[in-house]
Amino acid sequence: MTMIKDAVNAFCSPVIIFTASMVCFYLFVRFPRQATSMAVSLPLLGLALAGFAFGLTDDHFRKIITTPDNVPIVGMLFIFLYFTWYAVRKGVINDQRMERGESTIEQTETNEKVLVFPYLIFIEFVMALAYAIVLVVWSIFLKAPLEEPANPTISPNPSKAPWYFLGLQELLVYFDPWIAGVLLPTFIIIGLCAIPYIDRDTDGSGYFSFKKRRAVISTYLFGFWILWVLLIVIGTFMRGPNWNFFGPFEKWDIHKTVPLLNINLSEIIFIKWLGIGLPKLWIVRELPGILLTLGYFMVPPAILAKTKLKSAYQKLGPVRYAVLMMLLLVMVSVPIKMYLRWAFNLKYIVAIPEFFFNI
Amino acid sequence: MSAPETPKKFDLGKFITESQIYKSIFRHGYTTSDRDRALSVMTNVFFHLHPVKVRKSGARFGFTWCAGGLSFFVFLTLVVSGILLMFYYRPTVEHAYNDIMALREHVPFGIMRELHRWGAHAMIITVWLHMFRVFMTGSYKPPREFNWVIGVILLVLTMLLSFTGYLLPWDQLAMWAVTVGSNMARATPFLGHEGPGAALLAIGDIQLVHSGSDVRFALLGGRFVGAGTLLRFYILHCVAIPTAVVVLMSVHFWRIRKDGGISGPL
Repeated sequence: MTMIKDAVNAFCSPVIIFTASMVCFYLFVRFPRQATSMAVSLPLLGLALAGFAFGLTDDHFRKIITTPDNVPIVGMLFIFLYFTWYAVRKGVINDQRMERGESTIEQTETNEKVLVFPYLIFIEFVMALAYAIVLVVWSIFLKAPLEEPANPTISPNPSKAPWYFLGLQELLVYFDPWIAGVLLPTFIIIGLCAIPYIDRDTDGSGYFSFKKRRAVISTYLFGFWILWVLLIVIGTFMRGPNWNFFGPFEKWDIHKTVPLLNINLSEIIFIKWLGIGLPKLWIVRELPGILLTLGYFMVPPAILAKTKLKSAYQKLGPVRYAVLMMLLLVMVSVPIKMYLRWAFNLKYIVAIPEFFFNI
Repeated sequence: MSAPETPKKFDLGKFITESQIYKSIFRHGYTTSDRDRALSVMTNVFFHLHPVKVRKSGARFGFTWCAGGLSFFVFLTLVVSGILLMFYYRPTVEHAYNDIMALREHVPFGIMRELHRWGAHAMIITVWLHMFRVFMTGSYKPPREFNWVIGVILLVLTMLLSFTGYLLPWDQLAMWAVTVGSNMARATPFLGHEGPGAALLAIGDIQLVHSGSDVRFALLGGRFVGAGTLLRFYILHCVAIPTAVVVLMSVHFWRIRKDGGISGPL
């Protein structure tokens, strides 16, 4: 038992978990038919439940999972795993029907109308009743947390935001607050609002489907599962005192020390490569990073518009294409920066502390 | 000879349903003709949020997951439990924590705070789930683009409702979670005193944006999470944000009808 736990702890690190999740995610959206088949999904569910049950035998794991404010996250994980599986499976079934030349399940029902009373009201009533029962039982058996009275002089370690913001707090490891706390949330909101103005194809509206919307659905699922839910899970369950990383069965030791060796891009270029020391003027010092950032946002869209995304560019037009590219590049920059940190201990690509401007 | 008379039995159900009081409230009995079923939707102010008829898939749990309707119901339970909590709670530094304590210790069957707190978590999950379903069925596509945008704003407001409520127990968990969350605001570009560009907003030597005038100060009503913050978050939580949510929800529901009802294939 302890051997397995030690092995899991030793194996776990943000880069391993993140990469493994990305691989699973890729396999899921690449082979949705196989992934949502009973032959694959049932054993995986069994494996997940067995792993969860095994975890519950561990005191530390159980303590983290059953912290009152963390319980909803566990519930949410299972709910969303199920409904992701369900939605993609429905999409796959509809895809197969369309390939055979049949209409989708929803299409066969679209001209058939039913009376709201009793058919819809009944579902709503049952759901409301079920929710009310779950809520009352949940409230009786799980007390709402109440700690010591607020004291501005004693800050708990770790101090954590409410769980639904912990993905953003986790990003503070890799980004400055103005990016993790302001810029990225703004981009998430704008990006979500922009979805229907970019993906305007009304074919694929109003029913579950996957194949013809693969790119759109994969992007959304990537943002939701990898960049939002996974970071919440890491931030809540695996970040202990001083925001250090801890494995799922590792005691949160306040004295754990992690060496901080992070360096800026300017230091890598001017000190490590050129060996001439940092230039005094910030504009010279940060020029490589600024050029790199500008290039990242300018070059790929220009090249892709001429090559791989030519048809998308023609369909969207320059404005929609530019907005889409901007949003996608910001989204992809998050894992890129995380991998740069893991691979090269890179702290900032552009670091101008003079203006609190660090990327 | 006439047939033996059956003894007249007092029928309580009939007595109630035929009384003037009952009839004044419920215009229609539970009959099963299509006309009466339609009328029971149209003559009821709550039911008539719905159309009389919907697409068959719109009344199927497998298609809607009932996530939007459930989010609304969870919101209603939060309004009710929240109002009850307001009877006991005073948003001041000297009373807040003790009032929460009293809710647990002295109020009979004291799970009202639990109902409210777990309901808040549940609403976040149901709102995410609703958005997830709408996305996966492609229901945001024209003509429903703007209703999707309203939904995104409602999603943000849901999380802000939960965040502002998080402070109110005034314990260590609450205070430091809000401190961590609101510290982000001081890094807002131009508007936060540690944000990029804020230093540029100066007239001569006078800084326009400093820790006593930036966006974080406006949010917290002070330089730190303190008495001013508690009052501000209480007003935001109980009055300001719910008002905005109710207005936007009205538009959201109305637009569903105007944009063609629960989505279906074209």
